[in-house]
Amino acid sequence: MIQIENLMKSFGPKRAVDGISFAVERGEVLGFLGPNGAGKSTTMRMITGFMPPTAGKVTVGGYDVAESPIEAKRLIGYLPENAASYPDMTVAGFLKFAAELRGLAGQARKKAVQRVIELCFLDSVLHQSIDTLSKGYKHRTCLAQALIHDPQVLIMDEPTDGLDPNQKHEVRNLIRELGANKAIVFSTHILEEVDAACTRAIIIDRGKIVANGTPAALRSMSELAGAVTLQARGATEERLAALGRVEKLNGAFRIYPRDKSQAAQLAQEVVDLVNLHGWKVEGMYSERGELDEVFRRITLPDTVKK
Amino acid sequence: MRIIWTLIKRELVAYFTSPVAYVFLVIFLLLTGFFTFTAGSFFERGEASLASFFGWHPWLYLVLVPAVGMRVWAEERRSGTMELLLTMPVATWQAIVAKFLASWIFLGVALALTFPAVLTVNVLGEPDNGIIFAGYLGSFFLAGAYLAITCMTSAMTRNQVVAFILSVVICLFFILAGFNPVTDLLTRWASPAVVDTVAAFSVVTHFDGFQRGVIDTRDLVFFLSIIGYALFATGVIIRGHRAG
Repeated sequence: MIQIENLMKSFGPKRAVDGISFAVERGEVLGFLGPNGAGKSTTMRMITGFMPPTAGKVTVGGYDVAESPIEAKRLIGYLPENAASYPDMTVAGFLKFAAELRGLAGQARKKAVQRVIELCFLDSVLHQSIDTLSKGYKHRTCLAQALIHDPQVLIMDEPTDGLDPNQKHEVRNLIRELGANKAIVFSTHILEEVDAACTRAIIIDRGKIVANGTPAALRSMSELAGAVTLQARGATEERLAALGRVEKLNGAFRIYPRDKSQAAQLAQEVVDLVNLHGWKVEGMYSERGELDEVFRRITLPDTVKK
Repeated sequence: MRIIWTLIKRELVAYFTSPVAYVFLVIFLLLTGFFTFTAGSFFERGEASLASFFGWHPWLYLVLVPAVGMRVWAEERRSGTMELLLTMPVATWQAIVAKFLASWIFLGVALALTFPAVLTVNVLGEPDNGIIFAGYLGSFFLAGAYLAITCMTSAMTRNQVVAFILSVVICLFFILAGFNPVTDLLTRWASPAVVDTVAAFSVVTHFDGFQRGVIDTRDLVFFLSIIGYALFATGVIIRGHRAG
C-alpha cells in the first residue's frame, strides 16, 4: 500500500530525512521509532502529502503523492502531531465537516459519523465545543476524523501522546484491530507500544533507518537477549562463571551467554548447575532482551557525538 | 465545488460562533453611522445621496477588513490545523478560494446591514438608487481587494498581529497612491504621466467611479486583478511553507 523510495527532505542546510526507503503492506502495523528530531514527523508529513520531498518518491495505493495528491489523500487517514482540530467547532460539527470533505453525503455521512463516534467513545461529548474537551477527548476526536472514511492507509503521529494509561491501552488495541485489514504507520517513542501493537518496527536516527524488523527480532539484538537471571540461596559467582559472564545484581546473578548458539540451552545449563550444588532457587528468569536497550545502543552514540 | 462550499460553511460558522463577528458588526455599523452622519455632515449637505457614506469606506475598511481577515491563515498555522486541512483531499487553491469567499460573504453581510442608511435617504428625499447600488457594488469590491491582501499577509505569519499590521500598511499604500495630498505632492516634480500611473494603482481612484454611479469594467478589472494576484501570492506563500 505504501511505497517509499529513497525519500529525502532538507530544511536549508539541514537534512531532516536522508534517503529512507521502506514499504508497508495491508495487514501490517509499522511502528516508527526514533529520538526527537530524528525525522519521524517529517517523513509522515511527506507520506500524507503535506510536504513535498526534496528528493525521492512516495506511492500510496499506486498513486504517486506528488503527482496525484488528491487521489492519494483519499486513501489516507491522518492523525497529525498534537491532534490539531478546530477549537471553535463541536465534536459532531467537526466530524460532519471531515466527512463532507471526504466526499460523504446523506445517509452514508450519518453512518460514517455514527461509526467513529462509537469506535472512539465520543458519545458523551458530542455537542461540546472542542476547546472545552480534555486532552484525551481532543485526541480521540482527531483520531475519529482520521477514521471517518474507513481509510486503507492510516498514518498516526504519536497517537498515544498525552493519554492516560487506560486510554493508551484502548488506542493500542484499536490500532491492532484496525491493522488486520489496513496498512498502518504510527510513530511513538514509547517502546512498549511496539510490543503491544506492531507487526514491524523501524528505528530511525538523524534521518536514516538504523534498524528494521519485527519487535522480536529487534529485541534479540539486545545484549541482554538470552541472558538468565538467577536468585538462589547458596549460589556463588565463581561457580556460575563457568557458564558465561556473570553480573552481580542486588542479591541475584545475571549470566550472559558466551555466544548466540549457547543462548538456547543456557537456561538448562543453569538448572543443571543449581541441581548439582543443591542451591535453593527463589527466582529465575530468562531475559528476552529489552527494546529500550537496543534503542539506546543504536541511537545514543550519535546523539552524544553531536 | 462541493468541497469549496463545505469549507465556506465551516468558516462562516466559525465567524458566527465566536463573539468576534458580533463585535465587528457592531463596531462597523457604529463607525459607518458616525462617519456618515457626524463626520460626513450628512444633513448639512442638503442632498439626497450617500456620498458621505461611501466616501469614508476606503479609510474605514483600512482598519476593519484586516481585522476580519488576519486570522484566516495565521490561525490555521498557529494551531496546526493547516496540516489537517491540507492533508484532506482538498487542493490548496480550493482552500484559499473558500476561505477568501467566506470572509468576503461575511463582509457582504456587514455591508448589507447598513441598509438603514439607504432607507433614510429614500425617506428624506429622492436619491438616485442606481448610484447607491453602484456605490455598494464598488464598496464590496473594495472590501474584497483589501481582504485578499489580508489573506496574503495572514499566510505569511502565524502571528495575527503581524498579519494585521502588514495588511494595513499595504492597503494604506493603495489608498495613498491616489489620495489628493499625495498626488499634489507628486505633481510638483514628476511628469503628469507618472502621477497618473501612480494614481492608477490607487483603490480611491477606482472607487470614485462607483461613487458617481459609473460601473466601469476597468475598475472592476482593477479590483478583480488585485484579488486574483493576492490570492495567487497566498498560494505561493503556502507552498513555500510546506516545502520548508
